[in-house]
Amino acid sequence: MNGIHDLGGRDGLGAVAPPPPGVEPVWKAEWEKHAHAMFPLAFRAGHFGLDEFRFAMEQMEPVEYLTSAYYEHWLHAVEHYGVRAGALDPAEIEKRFQYYLENPDAPLPDHQDPALVEFIEAVIPAGASAARDTGKVAKFAVGDRVTVVADAPRGHTRKASYVRGKTGVIELAHGEMIYPDAAGNGQGEAPEHVYTVLFTNEELWGAEAAEPNGSVTFDVWEPYIVPAASQESAA
Amino acid sequence: MTVPHTVAAAATPEHQAEVAARVKAVEALMIEKGLMSTEAVDRVAEIYENEVGPQLGAKVVAKAWTDPEFKARLLENATVACAELGIGGLQGEEMVAVEDTDDVHHVIVCTLCSCYPWPVLGLPPNWYKQPAYRARIVREPRKVLREEFGYAVPDTTEVRVWDSSSELRYWVLPQRPAGTEDWSAEQLEALVTRDSMVGVGAPKAA
Repeated sequence: MNGIHDLGGRDGLGAVAPPPPGVEPVWKAEWEKHAHAMFPLAFRAGHFGLDEFRFAMEQMEPVEYLTSAYYEHWLHAVEHYGVRAGALDPAEIEKRFQYYLENPDAPLPDHQDPALVEFIEAVIPAGASAARDTGKVAKFAVGDRVTVVADAPRGHTRKASYVRGKTGVIELAHGEMIYPDAAGNGQGEAPEHVYTVLFTNEELWGAEAAEPNGSVTFDVWEPYIVPAASQESAA
Repeated sequence: MTVPHTVAAAATPEHQAEVAARVKAVEALMIEKGLMSTEAVDRVAEIYENEVGPQLGAKVVAKAWTDPEFKARLLENATVACAELGIGGLQGEEMVAVEDTDDVHHVIVCTLCSCYPWPVLGLPPNWYKQPAYRARIVREPRKVLREEFGYAVPDTTEVRVWDSSSELRYWVLPQRPAGTEDWSAEQLEALVTRDSMVGVGAPKAA
């Protein structure tokens, strides 16, 4: 989708303003650690896959997306899929929200389960790889000149606006991985070959606006790209 | 220092109180369903506060600076090389280390969300996740590095920005500081900063 999350190259968003080194806590508020932990635990519950999780964040109200802290985006996605899975009831969320707003120090329910801690201790070091091997033959190789197709699909995609229609050279080839344009839209893993494409700044932003002596790499799945020549002859 | 205007609204006490209450509401319901527990939250927090952070990336970089064969393996397959040191996992299942040289300086970003190599760098700082960095670092990286991070890259050095749009997780192998020829890996670790592995700063000087 052409969502507000697709930020690469947008102007006017203000200062980055990093704080001085050494003064950035891991969590800038207590609630952030709870919001973070919801992600692996709701994943464990089977509420979403990683690509679906991203798609929920992309569908946030745009002003809210830009003005909220990143873990609020996560909360939004956890709620969205918790409701879809039938684990969370919107009316009940509102009721509890009012309760904790009026009683911020009221405790959480005390219900422990060693299996949840064991899951955390297992998944963080193990991860969950998106790499797949279905034996599909790669259509492209390192060194190929390719153009990103300029389609603007409505569902989840990782084909950012700023690389659509742009031509670059394949720098790395990574084998097959889960295809977000399928998985993020609830259509299964449908693995595709992934490549890293190198674009010059001039190709992305035009000779006048581009900073000199620079490049950007962007990872694409095979359906995102076509051979550069065929795109040019079609145009 | 100016606060980025895109996050100013999130910083008010009223908004923070509302978010905290909403998180607590969802957590309470998940606990009652048996999907979440305060002990599991505490364990996640402890891991990313004390166990998994940029000190692990620093260990990998210092080893690469002192062990040419390890460095070759790291650049060939960072996931496999890091696993030799017991480093890897969530959000670093497929890692790629990119080497800074006099000819090219690397920077990482995720313009579409906030992908970041957790096993070597821990959780990302806030600025990495916020709109300004994600929008600008691909369009005007030299300016952002110079004006926002005080890091001037020579005109003769290419700036290459890696947008982490897939599940590959890129991070930077910075250049070894001058004057450290006889330093041990343990001494060198202390020079490797998180920012130098993101590409928005240099390692500390010797």
